[in-house]
Amino acid sequence: MTRPCNHCDGLSRSRMLHRALAEAGRGLPAIEPGMPLPAGTGLTRRHFLAKSIGAAVAVYGGSLLGLRAFEDGIAAAASGPAAPILVSVFLEGGADGLSVLSPQGDPLYKQLRPQLALAGGTQFAEDDRLYWHPALGGLEKLYSEKKVTVLPAVGYTHADQSHFTSRHYWEVGATAATLRTGWLGRYLDRVGKKDNPLQGLSLDDTLAPALATAKVPVASISGPDQYDFYSKRVWGEVEQRMLETIGLMGHQPADAGLRTAGNVAAQVDRLRRQLIPFQSSNGISSPVPYPQSNDPFPQRLAGLAAMLAAGLPLHCVALTAPGEYDTHADEPTALTDGLQLTSDSLLAFQRDLEARGLADRVLVHIWSEFGRRAAENGDSGTDHGAAGVGFLVGTRVAGNMVGEFPGLQKGLDTDGNVSATSDFRGVYAALLEQWFNVDAAAVIPQAASFSRPKLVA
Amino acid sequence: MAGVAAWRGTFGAAQAERLLWRAGFGPRPGEAQKLARLGLEGAVHKLTNPGREHLVGHKPHDDKGLPLAPFDAWGHDHVWWLDRMVRTSRPLVERMTLIWHDWFATSNNGVGSQRLMINQNELFRQHGLGSFHDLLLDVTKDPAMLLWLNGSDNSKDSPNENYAREMMELFTLGADHGYTEGDVRQQARALTGFRNSWSQNSGPVDFRYDPEYHDPGVKTIFHHRGRFTWKDSCRLCVSHPDHASFFVQKLWSYFVPEAPDHGTQRALERLYKRSKYEVRPVVAAILRHPALYKGPRLVKPPVVYNAGLLRRIKRGIDTTAWTWLDSMAGQQLFYPPNVAGWDDTRWLDTATWRGRWWIAQYVLDRQALDPGHAHQPYDAKKLLDHACRFWHNPPLGPDTHHALHTFAHRALSDAKGADWKREQYPVMVQNALRQLIAVSPELQAA
Repeated sequence: MTRPCNHCDGLSRSRMLHRALAEAGRGLPAIEPGMPLPAGTGLTRRHFLAKSIGAAVAVYGGSLLGLRAFEDGIAAAASGPAAPILVSVFLEGGADGLSVLSPQGDPLYKQLRPQLALAGGTQFAEDDRLYWHPALGGLEKLYSEKKVTVLPAVGYTHADQSHFTSRHYWEVGATAATLRTGWLGRYLDRVGKKDNPLQGLSLDDTLAPALATAKVPVASISGPDQYDFYSKRVWGEVEQRMLETIGLMGHQPADAGLRTAGNVAAQVDRLRRQLIPFQSSNGISSPVPYPQSNDPFPQRLAGLAAMLAAGLPLHCVALTAPGEYDTHADEPTALTDGLQLTSDSLLAFQRDLEARGLADRVLVHIWSEFGRRAAENGDSGTDHGAAGVGFLVGTRVAGNMVGEFPGLQKGLDTDGNVSATSDFRGVYAALLEQWFNVDAAAVIPQAASFSRPKLVA
Repeated sequence: MAGVAAWRGTFGAAQAERLLWRAGFGPRPGEAQKLARLGLEGAVHKLTNPGREHLVGHKPHDDKGLPLAPFDAWGHDHVWWLDRMVRTSRPLVERMTLIWHDWFATSNNGVGSQRLMINQNELFRQHGLGSFHDLLLDVTKDPAMLLWLNGSDNSKDSPNENYAREMMELFTLGADHGYTEGDVRQQARALTGFRNSWSQNSGPVDFRYDPEYHDPGVKTIFHHRGRFTWKDSCRLCVSHPDHASFFVQKLWSYFVPEAPDHGTQRALERLYKRSKYEVRPVVAAILRHPALYKGPRLVKPPVVYNAGLLRRIKRGIDTTAWTWLDSMAGQQLFYPPNVAGWDDTRWLDTATWRGRWWIAQYVLDRQALDPGHAHQPYDAKKLLDHACRFWHNPPLGPDTHHALHTFAHRALSDAKGADWKREQYPVMVQNALRQLIAVSPELQAA
């Protein structure tokens, strides 16, 4: 009898959390009789979406006193050029690059993968040895529209085979074990604002470490429509005053522990004000259908598109992809399920952005902490490897493959893992320079030593 | 104890309260004062030598009043353990159980059996303050761990490195400390031989060690050569020269937010080695250390926060809502995010803070006063005093006190215009003050 190998898997946890939130929805207390509508605004979700959403948000902001942070954030986003958005999508666990793009044209492939070798599917146009995983129809479609850049062997030399270490390297943008800020966090520390936690947003149950900053606030929320606060038998004006007090407690204490708690409370306060327009029972409505799933990923993308359409001042966004990629056993099923939902959701997201006229502002970066060993492990699975496959998605990607597939004959390192032909730090440097228009040297340690692929057209 | 500094300042109720938060789940009403009377030595001795456990208070039940089914019902495993945290007479043993759950982080997502998870939990409780070497041996052959890190898939014909790697990286030595990729592969060979069967009805059963599946050959681990078995694997890790420093650093981090100074670190390592890998003396030394009393506060883990609020108001487990509420706050017991456990330095962010808000709201909801019937004074100061008394007067800093008083004052001013508001607003303000105090920085970190 076989079973999934879930070790190191935070994804099933987020699925679990989603269940828990569904549970939460059932368990939440009904609104008490006589309790006024939230915030006393009377502005409903439908109203909000029907109008030019930026204007509706401003009405909300204007109806609440002292909301300078929110007003400023919206105003800044509405005036001047809209900021480019980078969406980081993490395939947690080490996705098997040799299945994502299987080298069916490589003579050693079947030998190394007697049980797991894939057969058939669509050939990859830039390297006729490689074939798209059958579950990646969505990405392949976008690729045919020149909206995908493929990185067939991205990583770094002497790849660390620990999930945590390798993931940490990718998150901090350097092979440095002690760095505590994320690469996107350091970027936001340079360009971000002190009053806008939405500039770095994790659509997840906790903050993505890549977004960890040292100076400016960032946020994590499960979804924009799930950021309500309530206290039994407190409503109306008193409730408003109570909520406005959240950010004022323990403002600047000397104690580091209290300061952490006070700072987070202040960020909660700002985020709550920014998301007030999304708190309603109608949920998010999207111009295109998203996949139906128990996993929150498609709904989070739908919510993200709605937030962007609303003009909320987002800049760097991080999500974890659905699926189980640490496939030590039973790889075929697990991988197919995860890739399918990820790819289908991203296709819907792209179509959503296109329908809303936002596509040129958004670039999606898909990555995993490492690939997997070339030889299968005899358990219908594969162990930890080195380089893996990455993607960039968006209308403005350059569209040419970055690095090449190194081949199984000469392209494996001494541990039998695929060697990297592009470096993740070079990718970050290129994104910073070509997408965000800043000097990568200020964000990525030793940025000068990495060559920049052309990523943005 | 020789060589490890001990706190020489006052040991009053404030210090005892901090000790109870670090070594347990916070005080019940009056408990800090009682512990303070024992003095630091006496208090640490009592915590580290608690005797037999007795559970204080009402037996746990679900929302319908039925007994918990921790082996079977979703979420009941979480509240079953939360109940132990709330009612135990041995808070440190329970806190150590939580530490080992994080240290040897096993998730039921990979195990798929609440029974096996709870069996592992009992192992942590039993070894809580005993020998780390014995604990490592028991964890290595523990069925939940064998499933979680593929220990029972690891055989001489198809070695699986999963447990071998994490055993060194996360459990005993630390990433890239004193071992190589070669050691990972050799350890994996030494650890071969565990098996289990699968039953259609009960899932994984019959966990055993089968020499047929063990690789009997010579292995080279940390430059030692021999026909090593799983027991040798554990022994080699614990006796590795880098183990004691890893152990001390990691254990310390659960109790004190700032790393120990070099002298303290070395003294604790000596203590640990001299005691032959006993946990109790090291924990006792950390609990006596000045850094615990002088240093900054530590953000409470979500379940500690939750159990602490329930202990404060003497409420037992009468709902299973704590499972999803604690999960919102970032900590569902038996479901750590991955094998590295929770990130204990990053409990708070905008999502998990909201989870704590909802925990506090659920803690309070059965006692929320009804604005239509209850009466509260139309006086901001009295309302705040009353709300502080409700939580047994936690020490609030001047900023927090000011913010709460301002809130109460303004909310009462809003009521000036209407008689019904003058009746009802004070009651709502009282409810709101209790909520705000519960989520104040002073109650999130101790």
